[in-house]
Amino acid sequence: MLTWIAILVLAALSGLAFLMGRRKALASAGGSPAKMHSLPGYYGTYVALWVGVPAALLLFVSIMFGGRLEHALLTANQPPILHQLSAEQKELFFQDAQALAEGRQLSEAVYEPNMKVALDAKASEAKGYVNAFKQGTFALMGVLVLAGFLATFPRLNKDFRARNRVEGWVDGLLMACSIVAVVTTLGIILSLVWESLRFFSSVSPAEFLLGTHWSPQIGMRDDQVGSSGGFGALPLFAGTFLVMMIAMCVAGPVGLFSAIYLSEYAGPKARAVFKPLLEILAGVPTVVYGFFAALTVGPIFRQGFNSLGGLFLGGPLNELGLYLGQVQNQMALVAGVVMGIMLIPFVSSLSDDIINSVPQALRDGSYAMGATKSETVKKVVLPAALPGIAGAFLLAISRAIGETMIVTMAAGLQAKLTLNPLETVTTVTVQIVTLLTGDQEFDSPKTLAAFGLGLTLFAVTLVLNIVALRIVQKYREQYD
Amino acid sequence: MTDLPITTTTASDRARDIRAAVESRLKTRHASERRFKLYGQLAIAIALSFLVVLLGRIVTQGASTFVVHSISVQVPLDPARIDQTALEGVNYDIMVADAVLAKLGEKDDDYGTKSEAIKDLMSPDFGFQLLNMIKADSSLIGKTVTVSGPLRANADLYFKGEIKRSSPEEERTLSNQQLDWLDALKSSGAVKTGFNFGFFTKSDSTEPEQAGVLGAVVGSAMMLLVTAFLAVPIGVMAAVYLEEFAPKNSWTDVIEVNINNLAAVPSIVYGLLGLGLFINTLGVPRSSPLLGGLVLALMALPTVIIATRSSLKAVPPSIREAALGVGASRTQAVFHHVLPLAMPGVMTGSILALAHALGETAPLLMIGMVSFVPGVPHGFDQAATVLPVQVFIWENASERAFHERTAAAIMVLLVFMILMNAVAIIVRRRFERRW
Repeated sequence: MLTWIAILVLAALSGLAFLMGRRKALASAGGSPAKMHSLPGYYGTYVALWVGVPAALLLFVSIMFGGRLEHALLTANQPPILHQLSAEQKELFFQDAQALAEGRQLSEAVYEPNMKVALDAKASEAKGYVNAFKQGTFALMGVLVLAGFLATFPRLNKDFRARNRVEGWVDGLLMACSIVAVVTTLGIILSLVWESLRFFSSVSPAEFLLGTHWSPQIGMRDDQVGSSGGFGALPLFAGTFLVMMIAMCVAGPVGLFSAIYLSEYAGPKARAVFKPLLEILAGVPTVVYGFFAALTVGPIFRQGFNSLGGLFLGGPLNELGLYLGQVQNQMALVAGVVMGIMLIPFVSSLSDDIINSVPQALRDGSYAMGATKSETVKKVVLPAALPGIAGAFLLAISRAIGETMIVTMAAGLQAKLTLNPLETVTTVTVQIVTLLTGDQEFDSPKTLAAFGLGLTLFAVTLVLNIVALRIVQKYREQYD
Repeated sequence: MTDLPITTTTASDRARDIRAAVESRLKTRHASERRFKLYGQLAIAIALSFLVVLLGRIVTQGASTFVVHSISVQVPLDPARIDQTALEGVNYDIMVADAVLAKLGEKDDDYGTKSEAIKDLMSPDFGFQLLNMIKADSSLIGKTVTVSGPLRANADLYFKGEIKRSSPEEERTLSNQQLDWLDALKSSGAVKTGFNFGFFTKSDSTEPEQAGVLGAVVGSAMMLLVTAFLAVPIGVMAAVYLEEFAPKNSWTDVIEVNINNLAAVPSIVYGLLGLGLFINTLGVPRSSPLLGGLVLALMALPTVIIATRSSLKAVPPSIREAALGVGASRTQAVFHHVLPLAMPGVMTGSILALAHALGETAPLLMIGMVSFVPGVPHGFDQAATVLPVQVFIWENASERAFHERTAAAIMVLLVFMILMNAVAIIVRRRFERRW
């Protein structure tokens, strides 16, 4: 509430500063804008920016980090009665003290009378900190507003280069926005690397990358069954690779041939119909594909293989029949095929762009020699477009590796080192989701393993993307 | 001289040979041409048939959700069975079941097996309705009140033909007797069939017949609002800087490569970023629309930047030069002339990026949005769920009745995405200028 009032007051002060700045500049020019260096509004804006922005930034920082500072102050001196509590209970105690001070809902913890006294004492202490912090922030904001005003307002006169100053602010803002993208990358890398380092301090990278035993559930007790805690991620890489290969076997040919048809054979009318339809396929959310895979494709494939297995029973292929008879819904093939369907429009639109950018002169030359359309495509257009198409396929592979929902819903959880498409496999992304959903304590290797996997995934897709984008770009330049 | 006729015959022979060879090969060449074209047509047909099967399957699975079977029951509120001192503890469900039994003209045995069996056909919501009525007006005790609502999911599935009488009794969730009762209720006209408005006015519930998408739709809208307010302004300004102001040096090259790569980073990695940075370091509340919006904004940012840059590039340089020529500064030329002309492209790109963000699920699973959230979220820092995650949660539910609701939720999601895409297309058609 107080914060909202502060924001309103700040906005009002900035508005006032704008009017005053504008008026002073106009007055110094005798009321005629033509004699001024900049338009009158710029003078006002310049003062308003210096009045409003620093204080607003301070307010933002205090909202972001204020709670943490208060918490640190609160936990700095702990009453002796707390020493009997465990770390989590202490944490809860301080959270409740802060909640009590701010009039929020308490946790469900029950406090004994003497503990309640300590809690109330801490709560009043917390209240004191909150008030002191708020007052301090507001006082500092007032100082900033005043300083900003005094530093800029007296300098205004008709020759002051207000427009250039304001544009300097605009430039700064624009640059800051473009840096957000870089900061995002840094944030991704830092958070992944930081947590991964903690993970690799308990599990060696060699074991992680080359080990073949994956069972991240670590038991609460040492003697618990089935909790050996293996962190060998090789089966996950194999599973990811298998699903990706199946997906590319579907998406590669279908996508490429649709692109060839659309760019070389289809007339403008057919193109106008088919292209948007393919784009619909690209716009369907992946969770929908996952649903389709789990409840439609999975059962159909299982029934198909089971009845196929029934045909072999008793014959020379009895073993195969038995195996096919017990195939499950969740197999690599289902996830791979559905992922392939998802990638068709991706491959086809990228390849379409690339085939279209092959110069028409190459085609015309080939036709003039008497080649048919398909010969032109096979012997001239495709070889010319090959690097670009390779780049497109690499991008599709990177998409397939990073795809999460389809495999989470359709591939399964068993980590197996196999290349059999009928087996249940698990992938890197599935394991990240499983490790990080549900209850979690943040320091166990189990949750940190997810960051190790995430780092691997990020590194692999990054390399693929950089190579692919480089190829595609080189290729475009070649014909521009 | 004597040689000449011979050589001419060999020359014409050779020409004929070549022609014959070409003609004989022409057949195979044309055949392979037709084959090749057929492959292309087949590929398109396969892709489109996938689309038809996918959408058709979802519509056929989800359509039955929009029909609901409901019933009105007159329940006598027997004072002997209601302990006024502990209203919450009264077994209202059995009272409802007894009322239905009375309606069927049956009498319960001493063990209450029949009323237990009837109870399994009625939504537990009836009990809550009774409780709320009595809480609001305790003078109702002793009178007869009417409650109405949907049947329990299993009974609903029976009327929809999902549970069949022909299948063996022990494989069904409903016994023969329960089916008889349902038939009797249906033929007596007590069970009414209607449009399932509850699916759009209720939020997630553990009971399939009470579950709706309202909470998820509101959650999605709130999250998308946060995404739009962050990604669009920041993305547009970043694009303006890179396209119009940035000097061409190695630093801007780094930013460029960076943005192109960010656009291709797997979405789940953004979820890890949200978990590691926003939750653990900055303390943004878990599973809130604010957090989801932040993560999706970072994800949508590269797309918005790329779209804005290409539409800025499409504005001809003469516009800039004319503005500069009449004395505008560079900033003025860009913000007064170039950017407004590029706006249709910017809007189209932004809407498409937001539509994509609407369907995104994986990063939201990382930041705790999978939790069960009954009701509509109250604020941007409160726990919420969103449509795609709701789809994921329901798909994982064991009850069969949730499967049709999953498909129906997908239909709602797709309708929203189609609407957004349609808006983008309209904006492009209406306002885009070709120079």
